Amino acid sequence: MNAIPVTQPSLSKVSARDVNVYYGQKHALKHVDLDIRPNDVTALIGPSGCGKSTFLRCINRMNDLIDNAQVTGLLTLDGDDVYDRNIDVVQLRARVGMVFQKPNPFPKSIYDNVAYGPRIHGMARDQAELDEIVMGSLEKAGLLAEVKDRLEETGTGLSGGQQQRLCIARAIAVAPEVILMDEPCSALDPIATAKVEELIDELRENFTIVIVTHSMQQAARVSQRTAFFHLGELVEVGDTEQIFTNPQHPLTQGYITGRFG
Amino acid sequence: MVENAIAVTPAQAAASRLKQRYAAETRFKFLGISAIVLSLSFLALLLVTILSNGLTAFVQTSIRVDITLDAETLGIDPVKPSADALSSANYGQVIKNAMYKAFPAVESRPELRQLAAMVSSGADVGLRKMLVANPSLLGTTQSVWLVADDDVDMAMKGHITRKAGAEGSRLTDAQLGWLDELEARGNVAKRFNTALFTVGDSREPEQAGLWGAVVGSFFSLSITLLVCFPLGVATAVYLEEYAPKNRWTDLIEVNINNLAAVPSVVFGLLGLAIFLNFFGFPRSAPLVGGLVLALISLPTIIIAARAAMKAVPPSIREAALGLGASKLQMVTDHVLPLSMPGILTGTILGMAHALGETAPLLMIGMVAFIVDIPASPLDPAAVLPVQVYLWADSPERAFVERTSAAIMVLLFFLATMNLAAIFLRKKFERRW
Repeated sequence: MNAIPVTQPSLSKVSARDVNVYYGQKHALKHVDLDIRPNDVTALIGPSGCGKSTFLRCINRMNDLIDNAQVTGLLTLDGDDVYDRNIDVVQLRARVGMVFQKPNPFPKSIYDNVAYGPRIHGMARDQAELDEIVMGSLEKAGLLAEVKDRLEETGTGLSGGQQQRLCIARAIAVAPEVILMDEPCSALDPIATAKVEELIDELRENFTIVIVTHSMQQAARVSQRTAFFHLGELVEVGDTEQIFTNPQHPLTQGYITGRFG
Repeated sequence: MVENAIAVTPAQAAASRLKQRYAAETRFKFLGISAIVLSLSFLALLLVTILSNGLTAFVQTSIRVDITLDAETLGIDPVKPSADALSSANYGQVIKNAMYKAFPAVESRPELRQLAAMVSSGADVGLRKMLVANPSLLGTTQSVWLVADDDVDMAMKGHITRKAGAEGSRLTDAQLGWLDELEARGNVAKRFNTALFTVGDSREPEQAGLWGAVVGSFFSLSITLLVCFPLGVATAVYLEEYAPKNRWTDLIEVNINNLAAVPSVVFGLLGLAIFLNFFGFPRSAPLVGGLVLALISLPTIIIAARAAMKAVPPSIREAALGLGASKLQMVTDHVLPLSMPGILTGTILGMAHALGETAPLLMIGMVAFIVDIPASPLDPAAVLPVQVYLWADSPERAFVERTSAAIMVLLFFLATMNLAAIFLRKKFERRW
């Protein structure tokens, strides 16, 4: 790889340099420089339409699905340019998993939901290995105890919180390096939210997590680093504690104290 | 009076407005119910007409006669009957002889001819089958039910009068007398009309069957399904999942929607020009009929399939893609299985539409009079709606009831297909 301007290579898993996103004429994300550290939970916060979800979707190239979206700048995952011609988007998404805002389990059995990723990537050589991956993922997602007797039932029959944890289990089944979460708790009640937050904290051990959230409390609870976006620009990024106790930028301060947003 | 009108309080005005609104609502409801009652009564009228006209076609009058299978009359060597001789023997003569024997008093030639005409001119077919299957019957006398002539059949069913001397009757007084006599002897009976479901078309109503048309329809629809299901689903998948949304795809979409509204006879002309004149496919063949019907059903299936795929929520697609599935995997693993009930429902409705199409098939020569039952999609054949059209055009009274019977069979298939579509939709319907 030729010179990639990563400031702290050892410290960043994902690194963005001057990333811009355009939806047609609309400049949705402006000159974003952001480093995401391995095994951290990085929270992206900001008012609606500020570009935090857009940035999230750049990392696994989900923006490719939008017809008129255009991404410029440099975005690297472990030093590999994500938008390089030679990067296979299918491989990339196996390395960067995603959990969506609304729980979206496949209308298949719980087992098949989790087994789908390993199956399409050929990760298991036989049934026993697949079982192991599925059970392990459900275990890690804290769902195994609740569903181990009904793996053949459909995933859509679970409660909202269970569905979301099933989606997390499905994402970690393909052993990604980074997990992107787009407001994973916005459709859940407080109890289910607490469970998912607990899970996020546990997952930090093995995965790098980037989470978009509208809840400041959630960002404060689960993340180590927080990035504040406003009108497509990255306003401020720092340790969560620092952002919430001693924000440098007046906009950040205004948002955190609830003066706008 | 004027003072009174001015003195109406706001509360009174509101009450009267309310009354008007309720009255308007009641009127509207009444109109709606009348519309439904009217259309239901038309439907009932249609069904009652078809049933009353056609139910009798499912039975057929037969006459029992004692037939002496005389080898000499038949023209067969009685010692060693060859298969050839058995199948080409003069069965007509033994039937005539049997009829003469049943009424020995009849002697004049015209009367004898009338007597012989009471059984169908195709009655010998059954007799031949019987003897070919069992040559040992040669020389014996058998009591056999023979298919009656269509006029006798109509008289028995009460569609033409049995009163002697009636003007314009197709049966002579003598024939009516013999019929009464046969009935008194218990030698006339209405039996289930198996011919209707086993043989092809005929000029003689009593020998005309629907089976050729049923098989023709089956071949045509099979070709239609084979062509337009894969093609329609593939088109829908491409347009819905792969094609960029731009002016060209908008144009294509508008054209597909317009094609669904093109009069079907135009597709028939197109089929005539392309399949018959350019490719030189055989005329009247279910192959060509099926291809033309495929052109007609294709837009329906594409539209239905696209609608079904649109109903699959984008979140499912995102979930699959987010796991690293390729677009094709996303389509085959998730979108198609989830939209299949809708696609199948649309396909069945398209097929039902195709089953009832007549006009385009007339254009490609499927209106020909075809007696043989098609053995392959390349053989000339009729289809059910064209058979209805052909029989409705025939002057014989017996074809009136057969037309209705054919309509009933056609409606039966259509209703079955629609029920299957409803069943599929109900069974696999999924709410998100």
